[in-house]
Formats: sequence, C-alpha cells, structure tokens
Amino acid sequence: MTANAQSISLPPAPALLSGRGWTGFLVALLLVCAVAPALNLLVPVGNPLHLSDYGVALVGKIMCFAICALAMDLIWGYTGILSLGHGLFFALGGYAMGMYLMRQIGRDGNYQSDLPDFMVFLDWKELPWHWALSDSFMATLALVVLVPGLVALVFGFFAFRSRIKGVYFSIITQAMTFAAMLLFFRNETGFGGNNGFTDFKRILGTPIATQNMRMVLFVLTGLTLLGFFLFGRWLIASKFGRVLQAIRDAETRVMFSGYNPLPYKLTIWVISAVMCGVAGALYVPQVGIINPSEMSVANSIEIAIWAAVGGRATLVGPIAGAFIVNGAKSWLTVTAPEFWLYFLGALFIAVTLFLPDGVVGLVKKLKGVKA
Amino acid sequence: MTPDLMEQGARRLEKIAAQSAPQGQTESGGREAGFGRIHTPGEVDLTHGRILYLEDVHVSFDGFKAINGLSLDIAPGELRCIIGPNGAGKTTMMDIITGKTRPDSGTVFFGSTIDLLRHREADIAQMGIGRKFQKPTVFEPLTVFENLELALKTHKGVWPSMVFRLSGTQKDRLAEVLHTIHLADQVNRPAGLLSHGQKQWLEIGMLLMQDPKLLLLDEPVAGMTDDETARTAELFLTLKGKHSLMVVEHDMGFIQTISEKVTVLCDGSVLAEGTLDQVQADERVIEVYLGR
Repeated sequence: MTANAQSISLPPAPALLSGRGWTGFLVALLLVCAVAPALNLLVPVGNPLHLSDYGVALVGKIMCFAICALAMDLIWGYTGILSLGHGLFFALGGYAMGMYLMRQIGRDGNYQSDLPDFMVFLDWKELPWHWALSDSFMATLALVVLVPGLVALVFGFFAFRSRIKGVYFSIITQAMTFAAMLLFFRNETGFGGNNGFTDFKRILGTPIATQNMRMVLFVLTGLTLLGFFLFGRWLIASKFGRVLQAIRDAETRVMFSGYNPLPYKLTIWVISAVMCGVAGALYVPQVGIINPSEMSVANSIEIAIWAAVGGRATLVGPIAGAFIVNGAKSWLTVTAPEFWLYFLGALFIAVTLFLPDGVVGLVKKLKGVKA
Repeated sequence: MTPDLMEQGARRLEKIAAQSAPQGQTESGGREAGFGRIHTPGEVDLTHGRILYLEDVHVSFDGFKAINGLSLDIAPGELRCIIGPNGAGKTTMMDIITGKTRPDSGTVFFGSTIDLLRHREADIAQMGIGRKFQKPTVFEPLTVFENLELALKTHKGVWPSMVFRLSGTQKDRLAEVLHTIHLADQVNRPAGLLSHGQKQWLEIGMLLMQDPKLLLLDEPVAGMTDDETARTAELFLTLKGKHSLMVVEHDMGFIQTISEKVTVLCDGSVLAEGTLDQVQADERVIEVYLGR
C-alpha cells in the first residue's frame, strides 16, 4: 500500500491569485493610483476624458460599499452566517471618524465654540467622557478598528456560544443594529441625535473639501479595498478558509473532526466587522455626513443584496455586485427616482430565482458554454 | 492485548527498571519506587483493559426513554457490532459518547481516566473518538483531498489553521489513506460529485486521518454495492487490533463477515451479547428484531 502511495500526485497548496488574477489586480491598482487621479487632476475640465469630481466622489463611495460587500462575503458567502446588522459596524467606524472630524472644525462652527455645534445647541458645557480621545487622529484610527471589533467580539461570543444559527442569528443582528439606531437618535447619547455629524472643515489640519483631498481619500479607499481583497484571498486559500466553508456546509462534521467552531466563527465575524468599520471611516470624510440612518435595517440588507447579486463565496463577485447595484442606483435615482425600490426588489428576486451564483456565476456559465 | 497496550507495558517496565537501578541514592533514602503511574491528562489509559465504558446510562426526550439503564464496555482493539430494531437507541448512544447529547444520569468513560461527560464534541474528537454518521456527511464543495486534509490530526486552533502547510509525513499519510479508501484517482474531485458508496468511504477516510483510537460507525455500508461492502469488511478487519471499532449495522451478511462479538440493543438497554450465532439463537432477540 505504501509502496505506490508516492505515485499519487497531491494537488499543490492553492495560490493567492492565479496569473490572470494578478493581472486584473495590477490593472485595478493602476486604475486607482494613476489613471483616475490623472484623468481627474491633469485632464482639463472640457476634455471628454476628464473624470468629474462627481464621478470621483461616486466611485469613492461605491468602493467603501464594496469593502462592506467583501466583508459580507467572508461571513455569509464563505461561513454561511447571514448578518443583517453589518450597517452597525459601518456606522460605528464612521462615527469614530466623524467625532474626530467634528473636533477638527475647531472654532469655525456657527457658534464659534470649542465644542461641536450640536453640544452648544444642547447647552452642554464640556465634552462628554466618550469624546475624550476624539482630538487625536492616531487614537481615532485605533477606535475605528477597536470599537466595531469589540462590539462584534462581545455580541458574537454570546451568540455563537449559545449556538444561535441561521435565520435566528440574522434576526438578532437586525435587532442589534435597530437598537443601536434608536440609541444614536437620542440627543443624550452625545452623537448629535438624528442630525448626526456634518459640516466638516478639515482633516489633519488640511481643508477637506478640495479636489486634491478628495483624490487622496479616493486613492486610500481604493488601496484599502484592494488590500482587503488580497487579505480575503489569503484567508480563503488557507486551511482556515476551508474550515469556514466546512462550517457552512456541515458544522457537526467539523466538530466531530476535532475543530471547535466557536473561535473560527468569532474570528471571521470580528474580521468582517472591522472591515466594515474601516469602510465607514473612509466613507464619512468623502460624503461629509454621518447620521443614525446608516444603522437602519434597510442599509444592512442592501449589503447582503450586493453580495448576492455579485455572487457569494467568490470575493470578486460582491465587489462587482456593489458597483453594479450602486451604479444602477445612482443612475436610476436621477432618471426615475420612483422606480428605484421596485428595481431593487425585482433585482433581488431575479437573482435569487435565476442567478443563485450571482453575476460571477453567470459569467462562468457563459464562458463554459462557449468553451 | 493490543500492540498498543503491550508497547505501553513494555515502556513502563523499562522505566521502573531504570528508576530502581541506582539504589540508595534518592532523596527518599533508597526506598523502593512505587508502582503507581502518573496520569497524563488527555492520554487514554487502557491498563484496565477497557477503552470505552458505559454504566447505567439514562436519557429521556420529553418522557420517552431513549436510553434506559444502558451498560456496555469495549476492549482495546475489539470490533464490536451493535444491532437492534429501529428506535433501540443506537444512534442516541453514539450521540452520548461523542458529546452531542448529555445523559440524564450514568457514567461514560474513555479509558479508565477520561470522563466523556465533562467534554465537548471537538475535545472528544481530538482525544481520539471518530464518528461516522448514518447519512454520509462530507464537505461537498471541497475536493476529496481537502476533505481529508481538514480531518488530518494536527493542531486545530484558528492561527495554526491559517498558517498550515502539509508536511512530508502528512502527505504520505494522506496518500496512504487515499489508497486505503480506493479514492486515489479522485483526489481533485469535489466530494459532492462522488457516488453514495464513495462518500461513505471518504467519510471513513476522514476518520482514519484523525487517527482515532475508537471509531464509531453508524451504518457504514448502507447504500453500498456488494463489492464495496466486501471491501469495507476487509478494511474493518485490517483496522481491528490497531483501533477499537463499534459498528452499528442492519446488514447481517456484513456482520457475519466481520463480527466477533455482537451486542443487541432494545428499548435503550442491552438485550443480549455474544457471538452472532449465540444471539441469533436467543429467543428474545428473535422476538424483537430478527423475526421468525
């Protein structure tokens, strides 16, 4: 038996990306870091090749959403845990960044006070305790990662330890983000109530609403998205990624193979939440506003739709899905605003019924037919 | 006596001989060493000749007594067949041993020292009890190779999995198991595309990758062709001695081929025990299970 055992050629360890994958990755990197900035900053406004500021802002925003879709793919597509509360982590990262941006306004607000305007309006005399770290950029970066991460860790620990699964887990995550939204709506919570934070002036002492700053944020977002994509590929190519898929398909078998699913689920859940938090922190300076409606249930559901449209458990798919759905959204809400929600609903039904593997699945099928 | 057990005994004797050699030099003033042994946590202690020991186990689900005073024990290296009518508690018994179901009362020991009721599923699997389900359960989108690799006995924490690479010996082991389960030419095939019998084999292969001391096999030949059944019987006979096996089956022909000792379960407790011929001759067994 052992004699011919050597004759079997075992498959090599999976590569991070295929040759074509690397080409695509480098093209995307070039587009984000060189082509887009050149078309926006160097090509004059009248030229047909010029990339408008609106376009930069739109693509920048969609790239933040794409990070969320990627995060959703790791937890839903690969691990089979559907979260309908990822909007909360996105908003938490956004709020952490928003607090810093509010402090950066300094005395340029309407009331010329050291305190943010909404606190003056509420007649508060000093900063609440949870604003203590908000004037440090470094601390803000740490909070962007730590706050969503810790919330996810605590929530996930209790949920997964109690072996809450499937639709029950989804409902609880939805309740979680809804409860947080109600909390953030209150003025007493100290996050600007239903108006949230807006009217940002500068970041790191530099004016925030300039063309250059917008481009810097755009490039940063693009790099973050590509970085997270590579990180996701690495996770999925490792045995860790295969254990996640095994948990999705047959959790009891995983347990009887000697794995404790709890730390696995918790790890990917926290990673996913942190990715959303980072996306939120990149989103807020680009759109210039954060308020509790980001935690609304509909927003979290939309993240799941992006992932489903693009194709679950593919990593590339959800990124494409975020671009397709949000591209359609920004086009339709301008041309026929009343139809957008119908379109979204129809899209979701169509994908569920006809494209269970999303756009990526469709492309693969078409290619298979040709070949 | 299993090779495992004899090896252990030989090592112990050797150790004692080494300890007692330099007499009068020890701090205890040259007293003879005791023959007690230090118990290593997690190690299965087979000195009392039993790898699995259940005593007076009771479980009820909403008043239905699934297991009712079950007592059973298995020797190291034994191949034990369990038969019994539907609802006799065979699967529930496996659930209890593997930590999936907690009994209301009773004792369940793995070796002489490990109380299985104090451990969870993953721990029990890591300690050396492998289980095959009644319905073959493999990871369908993963390839045969990946299925076996996941089951491989190694550190099963999060970080070790992230940086995991197959070592040379592990590759050899994998190839060996692939041959044993006759799936060497299907290495890169997704497990979902295998035939029913092949899935059963793959699941058995996954158990072997875990290198378990005790295998619990719930209807391993259900849905297999005659040829596959014969090869499974052959495989089990080679495993016997190196591993302890507990096989639940309804296929009497299969049991005839592999069995040495058969236990008949009925209504949650042991009805009869003995060789297949003995239990087949037992009036009560004929009554409840075999039929006249």
